[in-house]
Amino acid sequence: MPTHAYVTHAPGYVDNDGPKIVTKRFPLEDSYTFERFEATGGYDGLRSALGRTPAEVHSEVRDATLLGRGGAGFPAGIKWGFLPPGKYPYYLVVNGDESEPGTYKDRLLMERDPHQVIEGCLITCYALGLTQCFLYVRGEMALAQERIATALNDAYAAGYVGRNILGSEFSVDITLSWGAGAYIVGEETALIESLEGNRGMPRLKPPFFPAAIGLYGQPTIVNNIETMANLPWIMNNGSDQYKTYGSETSPGTRLFAVSGHVKRPGVYEVEHGVTTFRDLFYGDNFCQGIREGHELKMFIPGGGSAPWFFPEQLDLPLEARPVGAAGSMLGSGAIVVMDETTDAVKAALRVVRFYARESCGKCTPCREGTTWEERILQRIVDGDGRPSDIDLLLDVADNISPGPYPAAAHADAGLEAIPFPPKQTTICPLGPSSVAPITSTIRRFRHEYEAKITKRDSIPVSAGSMEVES
Amino acid sequence: MTDTEAKTTLSVTINGEVFEANKGELLIDACERAGEYIPRFCYHSRMQPVGMCRMCLVEVDTGRGPALQPSCMLPCSDGMTVNTQTELTHKVQSGVLEFLLINHPLDCPVCDKGGECPLQDQTVSFGPGESRFVEEKRHYEKPIAVNDNVFLDRERCILCDLCTRFADTVAGDKLIHFMDRGNNTQVNTFPDEPFASYFSANTVQICPVGALTAKPYRFKARPWDLEENLSTAWTDSAGARILVQSSRNKVIRLLGVDSDPVNWGWLSDKERFAFEALNSEDRLTAPLARSDGQLAPTGWSTALGQIVSLLADTDPDRVAVIGGARLTNESQYAWTKLAKGIIGTDHVDAQLGDGLDPELVLGLPRATIDEACTPGGTIILCGPDPKEEIGSLYLRLRHAVVHDGAKLIEITPVATGLGPVAAHSLHPRPGEVASVAAALVAATNGETPPPVSGVSAAEIEAAAAAINGPVTIVIGRASLAESADCVSDAALNLSTLPGARFLSALRRGNIHGALDAGMAPGLLPGRTTLEAGASRFDEAWPSVPGARGLDTAGILAAAAEGRIDVLLLLGADPLNDFPGRALASAALEAVPNVVGVDMLLNDSLTTHAGLVLAASGPTESDGTFTNLEGRVSICQQRVTPAGTSRADWMIAAEIARRLGSDLGFDSVESIRAEISSVSAVHASLNEAALADNAVDGVLVGGSGDIAAPESSGTSPAAHDAYSLRLVASRSMYDDGVALRNSPSSRGLARSVAIRLHPFDFDKIGVDRGTVVRVESAVGTLLVPVEPDARIPEGSALLPWAAPGAAVNTLIDASSLVTDVRVERA
Amino acid sequence: MSRFTPDNELIANEIISRYPRPKSALIPLLHLAQEQNGWVTNDAMRHISELTNTTPAEVMGTGSFYEMFKFHPVGKYVINICSNIACQLLGAETLLEHAEAKLGVKIGGTTADGLFTLEDVECIAACTEAPALQVNYRYRLRVTTEDFDQLVDGIRAGTATDIPEHGTLSLVRQHIPSDRGAGIVPPEQAREVPVWMARNETAEQT
Ligand SMILES: Cc1cc2nc3c(=O)[nH]c(=O)nc-3n(C[C@H](O)[C@H](O)[C@H](O)COP(=O)(O)O)c2cc1C
Ligand code: SF4
Ligand code: FES
Repeated sequence: MPTHAYVTHAPGYVDNDGPKIVTKRFPLEDSYTFERFEATGGYDGLRSALGRTPAEVHSEVRDATLLGRGGAGFPAGIKWGFLPPGKYPYYLVVNGDESEPGTYKDRLLMERDPHQVIEGCLITCYALGLTQCFLYVRGEMALAQERIATALNDAYAAGYVGRNILGSEFSVDITLSWGAGAYIVGEETALIESLEGNRGMPRLKPPFFPAAIGLYGQPTIVNNIETMANLPWIMNNGSDQYKTYGSETSPGTRLFAVSGHVKRPGVYEVEHGVTTFRDLFYGDNFCQGIREGHELKMFIPGGGSAPWFFPEQLDLPLEARPVGAAGSMLGSGAIVVMDETTDAVKAALRVVRFYARESCGKCTPCREGTTWEERILQRIVDGDGRPSDIDLLLDVADNISPGPYPAAAHADAGLEAIPFPPKQTTICPLGPSSVAPITSTIRRFRHEYEAKITKRDSIPVSAGSMEVES
Repeated sequence: MTDTEAKTTLSVTINGEVFEANKGELLIDACERAGEYIPRFCYHSRMQPVGMCRMCLVEVDTGRGPALQPSCMLPCSDGMTVNTQTELTHKVQSGVLEFLLINHPLDCPVCDKGGECPLQDQTVSFGPGESRFVEEKRHYEKPIAVNDNVFLDRERCILCDLCTRFADTVAGDKLIHFMDRGNNTQVNTFPDEPFASYFSANTVQICPVGALTAKPYRFKARPWDLEENLSTAWTDSAGARILVQSSRNKVIRLLGVDSDPVNWGWLSDKERFAFEALNSEDRLTAPLARSDGQLAPTGWSTALGQIVSLLADTDPDRVAVIGGARLTNESQYAWTKLAKGIIGTDHVDAQLGDGLDPELVLGLPRATIDEACTPGGTIILCGPDPKEEIGSLYLRLRHAVVHDGAKLIEITPVATGLGPVAAHSLHPRPGEVASVAAALVAATNGETPPPVSGVSAAEIEAAAAAINGPVTIVIGRASLAESADCVSDAALNLSTLPGARFLSALRRGNIHGALDAGMAPGLLPGRTTLEAGASRFDEAWPSVPGARGLDTAGILAAAAEGRIDVLLLLGADPLNDFPGRALASAALEAVPNVVGVDMLLNDSLTTHAGLVLAASGPTESDGTFTNLEGRVSICQQRVTPAGTSRADWMIAAEIARRLGSDLGFDSVESIRAEISSVSAVHASLNEAALADNAVDGVLVGGSGDIAAPESSGTSPAAHDAYSLRLVASRSMYDDGVALRNSPSSRGLARSVAIRLHPFDFDKIGVDRGTVVRVESAVGTLLVPVEPDARIPEGSALLPWAAPGAAVNTLIDASSLVTDVRVERA
Repeated sequence: MSRFTPDNELIANEIISRYPRPKSALIPLLHLAQEQNGWVTNDAMRHISELTNTTPAEVMGTGSFYEMFKFHPVGKYVINICSNIACQLLGAETLLEHAEAKLGVKIGGTTADGLFTLEDVECIAACTEAPALQVNYRYRLRVTTEDFDQLVDGIRAGTATDIPEHGTLSLVRQHIPSDRGAGIVPPEQAREVPVWMARNETAEQT
């Protein structure tokens, strides 16, 4: 049986001359092999960790202020501290369910450098006294599963995983688990349900966060793949070194997937905080500008769940706080760029449709509301909209996420920014996320809605993309 | 407020008013107690909250400013401020309602739930106006039958997870489940695997809309023309509290009532649908007398005249009474007084050889259901399968084990319905349960037990080690092919465990009331014996029997020898109920006068009764019921008696009058008054107490004058290598008369088969399902055979009273155990 | 009869052994069933319920939540074209229309020869390489209509050798050598402090 099904590995990564904390091996053809990993300093971070006490490793990570890369951006070191002392066993669940529209980084990390992720898991388990780790890979990612499985088999054989790792007292099993197609399972409590063999429906939290009551009711740390991938570097180079990159509040680098109407879409490792959206979209090392002959209309700064931004927001730094204050979020590092040819209503419909399809069905407002939103939007796009539909849309949205919804400032219309996050009538943020494209586009492009409603649509679909005749 | 108070309560501000909530109390409950009802759909106080429907969202401030929180998930915390009436709350609630309604068919006029539907009610009070939803609604195939009695209309379902949660966490029958996802989520069963649960219809009762409906009630009535009253279920001894609902003088629905010490609102389907038998067209509506071989209707005075003349010129010692568990406490007292105090016979037994020694049941320290279910306590099941025999008890015990950390130890011949949640399962060979009990006790005293009766020393030690907290032994007959003495001895051995208390699992309806009324040889009403009670009853009654009489086995034996001339069957069917069919039929053959008092004809009456008096049913007369804890609760008349049928106590009173005597009462109240005057244990049981405890009933405790019996010390001889030791146990649905007459339950009886360990099965060398000959010392039976790994080697399991296979033909009541040979037919 | 074959039952039990509780293995086991039969049959779900001590209703309740599991036969090759925002911006709709025409089926349909099933799916994490698709979960990126035709023709001609039949995901299975495993047990049996954590205490003392 071949060790991997592919001769080439999936493209997407673009090397910019910036610092490489997690993409160091990406340019190498055989970056994912055990041999190459060991030959390039692999598992040194683990060795360095084993040379210290678990507590020392934990504080190193705390000092690095490593922000979670899964979307919420919560500092890993602090989260780890929430484990209630003595309530063993603890579990580590590594979230590789990457399904947020536009998000495309964990897959590369798993396909191109699986051992780096595993090494990160080992460091975490050692630091916190976790006796079993689950690597949960999205079901549709066959190659990532294959690369992780191969890497785990090699690592077990070489004594990096399993009993008495590198001859130490440290023992941990890492189980590769995989999903079967459900975006919501990326939400940490749904992920835990899924790992218990249940329907991936989020558990209400608070009162209980996974760190207190998680997998099988035991204390559980859930971290994102990219979060794990940062740990070996931090162990090898120390938190001080780490903090020389990025900004005060968000040190280090971060993977951003920029897709859509840019010249050079790709996954870039970018210094947190110091780089701006403008740098990223127009910089020569990055996307090199909007595609020829077109200009920026709007962009989604942090995955499908983020309220949309417009040219005015271009100079914001890629950093959680300012982006949140400006009315959106960096979320999962997924940026979708749309030029002036894009039909705002159709774009909104497509993103709303995603949430309607992916709702787990637990909360009434999400289960019923997202579908209703989709059907109203579809009607409008099909030219069957009614004048009352815009207000209806906004009111249905308001019943899922009551009160003013986060939005970017709109100077010309004299509208202030409404800071993140939104209120919710639901258990998890999925339902409320469906509101982002609706309020973002209606606030900015109400006329496009009205155009579709008052007369039959003048915006044909040409060449499959969504271009307005201009 | 003093510190001690502060420890037990928290102060929460609800809409401006400070309210003292209990520690751990959910906000939704605290608000309700404070008079602020928060609308809800997915919350049920007897199940874990899931916070799905989002209807109960309110604005809560725990110091960080007001935030929307589901009150069903939020435990009260000190200083919490909640406002249930803000603009935002109302907006959100009507929003949720609108979302629930957009896909809900508006067929209220034809929906069973119409008029008693939370969704309908809340739409009226909180709902949006006209629908803004112009799209097409969700469509599903109209009602699908999830089992024989329960229908599911998925278009009406609002996905509150109540029914599925019940099936999973309460009944433990995970046979209905959410399927698919998001907007397509639906409740369903696995293809071709029905929701075969004894408790399925509870889901109909808790469904907040008309999605789940029960066949017996579908389209029968509208809520507003229902009349109802509180009563007590009668099909088993749990005494589950019920609401009896009737329409046009016909009972059409029973609902479970949430009695905290008893059934928590749940019912077994058997209890719930039992009323159908009362509406059966075969109900006796007038007395029957046999003329040229046929039982034919006759007038009451003729019928009563005949009985009275029979009784008048028969030596009391040749008169016997069997049965009575069907009766109310009051009727039982009336019949005991008639038989023992006026006719003068002590040959009275409400049990049919299928129960336990009354001295054991009444004499050992008793536990309540709540005591048995003490969190962290230990439950030793040394009796029948509660899931099969006493459904409401099963649900309580299961909850204690699964959710409250109680430990369960099974000491039964085969695994029971609680087996899957038992901490330890010991399966002694039939007849040898006492020695395993003794070994268990020894092990708790640090002695190393020998392996006994096919149970290893290790198993016994492990079980002994698990015992902690208060210990309750659930005691009863696990097998009717095993003598009651074996169980008694086991109970007496277990009674030496420190602080051990007993919960009787005698199953038959009001059997505990019957024992309290003295319907057993040697007993008088009020848990007293002939000796101890003689003086007191000499004044209260015309007379008291001089000597202890015979129990059912004794009566039947005497009858078979021609020493009984009048045999009264009070709702008894010896042919099918007595473990020893040969003796039962010989007795019935030999007795010249068999007189029945019943609601329906049974096999014994059809074949042998010369006279049958029509008795009114549990929903047709007033009275009280005593459950297995000794808890007395009311039964109320809801409809008029069928035809000219009469309450059992009235029949007794009339017979007494015609015998020239007088029972001395003319109403159930006057009977209760007399009971509390003659019975020390019932002294405080008065009308006020019953009224004050209408829902939970009044617990009548104490052993009175009864002391636990001595151990019989008997133990069966080992069986030869060719035979198997028989286990005959009851199942929820058998061929009993009541079930034969309940359309919804008829046909639910499991197809009969003798079950053997695969090893024993292989010895016979036939295919599974082949009909084999089962032969015992007293009879033979032809039944199909099935291998079953849950049956211990050397044992064989047959269901009691299964259609077409009367296992009691194999049983000889006088022997400790029943050995059978199973051979190719 | 489509219960697990003896070989797959061994694999199933090895998968179960990698979880503290059997039910946790449901999703991998459903994948195994789909790998064996191309879709998930009722018999397979019954077998899984026996292996994991659950009811068939629980197995189906879990399985039906997840899109990848098919409870009816599908094509040997399931083509999932991403139509989410990033791909839509760069021609996913045209590609879908083209695919429908080329295969002669509508979205969700299966070709008469049972070879192809066409689906329109959510983001498959290849957004920078739009428009993207997966065939049996193997990627094809920046797909033009010509690329699509080549792909389909290639499969028909049997030259698309890197694509196993529907149901097979990773070609490599995790295997924990018995002498290397740290020991996976139910939580109740793993209550003590992990040995190496003792070092913390010693460290705090010094
Ligand atoms: C609807 C939803 C989907 C999510 N999807 C993912 C995901 O695909 N991958 C991920 O790592 N985190 C996802 N998250 C965030 C996780 O809940 C969790 O915060 C994260 O995995 C924690 O890891 P981190 O602290 O390392 O970021 C999602 C959250 C929500 C509400
Ligand atoms: S918000 Fe939607 S996805 Fe999230 S738990 Fe509720 S129903 Fe499920
Ligand atoms: S009652 Fe609280 S969410 Fe349903």
